Amino acid sequence: MANNCLLCGVGGQGTVLASKLIAAAAMNNGLQVKTAETIGMAQRGGCVVSHVRIGYDVYSPLIPLESADVLIAFEPAEAVRCLPYLKNDGVVIVSQKAVKPVTASLTGDTYNGDEMLAYLKEHITSLTIVDADTICKELGSAKVMNVVLLGAAAQSNALGVTKADLEKAIQDRLPQRFHEINIKALNAVQ
Amino acid sequence: MSKKFLMGNEAIAMGAIHAGVNVVCGYPGTPSTEILETIAKENNGEIYVEWSVNEKAALEVGAGAAYSGARTLVTMKQVGLNVASDPLMSLAYVGVKGGMVIVSADDPGPISSQTEQDTRHFGQFSKLPVFDPASPEEAYQMIQDAFTYSEEYGTPVLFRPTTRICHACVPVNMTDTPYVNKPEGFIKDTMRWVIFPRTSYLNHIKIEKRNQKLSQVFSHYRLNAIEGSGTKGIATGGVSYAYVKEALKDAPTNVRLLKVATPHPFPEELAMKFLQGLDEVIVIEELDPVIEKELIFLCGKNGIKLTIKGKLSHHVQNAGENTVESVKEVLSSFLGLAYEKPKAQQTPPLPVRPPVLCAGCPHRASFYAVKQAVKGQRAVFSGDIGCYTLGNAKPLDMVDTCLCMGADVTIAQGIHRVEPDTINFAFIGDSTFFASGMTGVVNAVYNNTDIILVVLDNSTTAMTGHQPHPGTGKTMMGDIVNKVDIEKILLAVGVTRVVKADPLDLTQAINAVKSVTAVKGVKAIIFKSPCVAVTKPSQQYAVDKEKCINCKRCIKELGCPAVVIKDNKAYIEPSLCFGCSICSQVCPVNAITKGGNHNG
Repeated sequence: MANNCLLCGVGGQGTVLASKLIAAAAMNNGLQVKTAETIGMAQRGGCVVSHVRIGYDVYSPLIPLESADVLIAFEPAEAVRCLPYLKNDGVVIVSQKAVKPVTASLTGDTYNGDEMLAYLKEHITSLTIVDADTICKELGSAKVMNVVLLGAAAQSNALGVTKADLEKAIQDRLPQRFHEINIKALNAVQ
Repeated sequence: MSKKFLMGNEAIAMGAIHAGVNVVCGYPGTPSTEILETIAKENNGEIYVEWSVNEKAALEVGAGAAYSGARTLVTMKQVGLNVASDPLMSLAYVGVKGGMVIVSADDPGPISSQTEQDTRHFGQFSKLPVFDPASPEEAYQMIQDAFTYSEEYGTPVLFRPTTRICHACVPVNMTDTPYVNKPEGFIKDTMRWVIFPRTSYLNHIKIEKRNQKLSQVFSHYRLNAIEGSGTKGIATGGVSYAYVKEALKDAPTNVRLLKVATPHPFPEELAMKFLQGLDEVIVIEELDPVIEKELIFLCGKNGIKLTIKGKLSHHVQNAGENTVESVKEVLSSFLGLAYEKPKAQQTPPLPVRPPVLCAGCPHRASFYAVKQAVKGQRAVFSGDIGCYTLGNAKPLDMVDTCLCMGADVTIAQGIHRVEPDTINFAFIGDSTFFASGMTGVVNAVYNNTDIILVVLDNSTTAMTGHQPHPGTGKTMMGDIVNKVDIEKILLAVGVTRVVKADPLDLTQAINAVKSVTAVKGVKAIIFKSPCVAVTKPSQQYAVDKEKCINCKRCIKELGCPAVVIKDNKAYIEPSLCFGCSICSQVCPVNAITKGGNHNG
């Protein structure tokens, strides 16, 4: 039994920490874990993808195409970009707020995310669109978006770890002053 | 045993620490950088760790320490080994006393490198043993073995991880009883430590004999292995081993697998056992067909009639990295299994996110100042390796050449010899200047060239994650030392004129460039301003909507990611603005002013 989780977003959104929390939670449960990041030449504003593979009989650090049980996307277009990794019946958790490319003003790119969300709605059966931006504003920090999305993914039962496992990982891995807000973020999507 | 979740580079670092490493030197380069950084972080004070000025210096410092009986680790990326190849080739003849492992991280793809070169060739060329880990767990063990073999055979050894090993994270079981090495010190012995033609001849004979023996010894090395049985064979090594295992997971076919952990000297005895009775072999490896050629050679040498398929026979891609899919496709055809290629989906057009200079990056201001100063004149801009290579992107378009570390200074000289009337600029970062730019400047002065050197001094090695260098006044041992002064070096070697300017003051910066363009000889401008990734942002800027005339000059001239168009007016994204003020200096109607504190 293996669980493959792909996290994707734009540099600076916190995908790497989210992948570390899933890995810590799985290890606490005595499971084998492999993770890997693919980051381009510059981190700021570029595409970032984290691969988390839980379970035995796993060799490659990168998830093969059409093998991810769950895709946690921090940005609509990045979700669409990573769909080739998703299993046929895979789960997609996506933050609805689009992040324009930093070169948009220069190139005249009018990307706004709506077309991507429409495409996801059309093609993905198990889709959760999260208004992570509003939730983060209510919680008072944009930095907990990663944990909000993790909570939504755990809710779907496709992650291989539970909210309780993640809560323990947060307590183990993060400084105490960040526990309360992150645990609130974890439970924000019910 | 204790278990820790480690990145491949951290596993290599911990393995070296547990092998009793005494001295560690290196030069930053993706994907190798975190190895040395981890050792510096985990150092209990017993290990000497330095970022050397370049890879050649690192390897020579390492050699001196290994002559003195220290266990020594030298780290770099694959192109760094080119820089270190002079000492490497000779050190292979001289040998070492303390175990010496040279890590050269390869980058199939390439993902963040100039070339797709293969360090295993350097092993064959220099006649040094090469270790090639297939996973981070294996890397932890293998680097300890590498130290043992190095010491036992008195030779430096190469250790060659690839990006996917360096940057993958897995739980690693670590020993509770690390090895401790007490260096004996340097024992004088001219015949041993001074390289002479006569001793090299004698050492050459010994090396050939040793490698024959190592080929046999490696045939029994536990990380070289034959798995499974069948009449079809797959030979592999490195991370490709993981891809092969993953690709064959659900395949029922009987195959025999050869995993090569020591590509040089090639474990011939083991490989012969593998080849015995096979009908056909395919080789799955990244970069060059090293294992493939060894197997073809073995077949020829032993008169075995067998087809070896791989890159040379065009059954496997010969450029770019392998993936589970690429391996699955090749193996399915080789083994006669059904394979359905993942379907390409028809998605809406996806936004492109190219790498760009950060908002507030002082390099943007420096490039812009030079561009403005020489407007209308014929000028060529030679660039170099670092964040500032991104100055090539529109709208700046200020990097006309980029070759290798330090080449900006010398390429500019070559262009000048053909186009004496062109203004030739050479852009170089501070770390690159120390690494290999200085000799090029001396060459320019000595040969009486006309070039303008532009030092982009942001007081760090930004591209690889902010390592200290000779100009920063800090070392990896945490010592505060004298800063090596770039201006003094330039004046001392005879640069005609050296001017310093703050690139964030556009008028001053443009005047600095203009003040040297008419001067004959080698001139230099030092643009000094710290990297925004390691400094606190200053007061940020905002656009006065009433004043903005939507001319888009701030956007079209600078290409700063913080400046966008909103409701037909320029708008500065507060979470991105670092307050460099360049946009306010190019605005023709003074619509951009200081506004509020940074809240990003």
